[in-house]
Amino acid sequence: MSAVMITRKVTRKWEKLPGKNTFCCDGRVMMGRQKGVFYLTLFLIVGTCSLFFAFECPYLAVHLSPAIPVFAVLLFVFVMAMLLRTSFSDPGVLPRALPEEANFIEMEIEAANGNVMAGQRPPPRIKNVQINNQIVKLKYCYTCKIFRPPRASHCSICDNCVDRFDHHCPWVGNCVGKRNYRYFYLFTLSLSLLTIYIFAFNIVHVVLRSVDSGFVNTIKETPGTVLEVLVCFFTLWSVVGLTGFHTYLISLNQTTNEDIKGSWSGKNRVQNPYSHKNIIKNCCEVLCGPTYPSVLDRRGVMLEDLSSPTPSDASAASTHKSSNPVSQTTKSSAPLIPNEHTPDEAKPGIGAGTQKSTSSPKEEKPPSPTSPNAVAPAVIKESSH
Amino acid sequence: NTFLPAATVDRLSFHNLQELRHSASLATKVFIQRDYRDGTICKFQTKFPAELDSRIERSLFEETLKTLNCYYAEAEKIGGQSYLEGCLACATAYIIFLCMETRYEMILKKISMYIQEQNEKIYTPRGLLLTDPVERGMRVVSFAKSQDGPAGFGSPSSAHSPARSNQLSP
Repeated sequence: MSAVMITRKVTRKWEKLPGKNTFCCDGRVMMGRQKGVFYLTLFLIVGTCSLFFAFECPYLAVHLSPAIPVFAVLLFVFVMAMLLRTSFSDPGVLPRALPEEANFIEMEIEAANGNVMAGQRPPPRIKNVQINNQIVKLKYCYTCKIFRPPRASHCSICDNCVDRFDHHCPWVGNCVGKRNYRYFYLFTLSLSLLTIYIFAFNIVHVVLRSVDSGFVNTIKETPGTVLEVLVCFFTLWSVVGLTGFHTYLISLNQTTNEDIKGSWSGKNRVQNPYSHKNIIKNCCEVLCGPTYPSVLDRRGVMLEDLSSPTPSDASAASTHKSSNPVSQTTKSSAPLIPNEHTPDEAKPGIGAGTQKSTSSPKEEKPPSPTSPNAVAPAVIKESSH
Repeated sequence: NTFLPAATVDRLSFHNLQELRHSASLATKVFIQRDYRDGTICKFQTKFPAELDSRIERSLFEETLKTLNCYYAEAEKIGGQSYLEGCLACATAYIIFLCMETRYEMILKKISMYIQEQNEKIYTPRGLLLTDPVERGMRVVSFAKSQDGPAGFGSPSSAHSPARSNQLSP
């Protein structure tokens, strides 16, 4: 009897992650919930640059220098790369505590708080730690059931605790945190440069052309210029201002969140314990520090899937499987292999049915992780880990 | 009487680790928290917890944690190598990270091999299982104490934690 591999969609960990993020490309891309403003950002950048390449560049390349459009292309590519990196990467989400860890922390809290009189409010859950001779309060997150590390904060839009939380940026459609802050900063910086560049060369182009053919004719020949100048003018003030603000924050090694809350504003002799007191050192730490990997493991395979191959093949295998039709066995009498969409009551019967139609329990893929008790003993449920 | 094609050998060792983890999920767990005294760098407390007193010598425990802390300190060090990596990556608009592994990721792999080696040599014979902090969001180092004492976890025959995808994503 030949071994028949039943093709089934592999469940990856991103599908079961709590929080309100959106995932694409089978877990490779991770964004916040509301993406409308992000599409607007993309549209504005791509649209304005297209107008620039269509209207201004041919004239400027001929009359001034071909380096102008070349540099514009490089700058545009850099801006897009930074935007996509900021929007699509994990900002530094802290995974929620699994039940055992949460219980352990609860026990610690109860031990620390002692007995609370009936009717009295329990004291706030705060841990004090000393960092560089400064007392920092770590708050407990009721959603994630952890004490937040220093500088972490809970984003209510994404419903996740993010490490070194800066802010949630609707323009990039994602939180800005430890892992993507430098991409965000480079995005605002390069976008400022691109806006200034396009604005400046628009002016140069209008001036040069007006000398030849007059101002009104110039506008008639290149109507895109007006639109570009408008967009650039308004963008300049906001983006350049934002870049300046973040440059200030980086030189002090502060986050937007800390700045807004006034955590290190200096009253009560409270100072920023994370700052190296040296602008260069602060900048180097934020911009040239190590690139932290994601601790979310979005593309890891869920452990219930016993007969799935080792993870280095898993990603290749899953893309291969997803392109194959789901016709599972060669036996026409075999009932449907249940998947996540099968109603739960149908599963046990189906599970028993498939046992006899396929070669061995080890070959067969177990049904969906949501009801692992359906199939026999070969499945070991990863309950709490 | 079950038919086992060649590829099942890998699956069997996977199966053993599954069982190991399954029994670990039934065991009591001891969590070692982060030490934030030096800032936000990744460092774990080396204070010996009382719950492990009966199972393992203090010196072995401290040795393991100190080595882990050294590995993390090396990964997060801001020096020549991190600058070079940062500048080179920036010059390519970070596209190079799609094909290259970062220094931090390489050190995380070293750490997971170290933890597996420590489990095989020291912890599993004493009925303990050390989990890699990267699976807990770098928040805690957890030791699982088996109920059955030193025999509890058997010997882990598989090489690594198979659930973790090798492609660390951006």
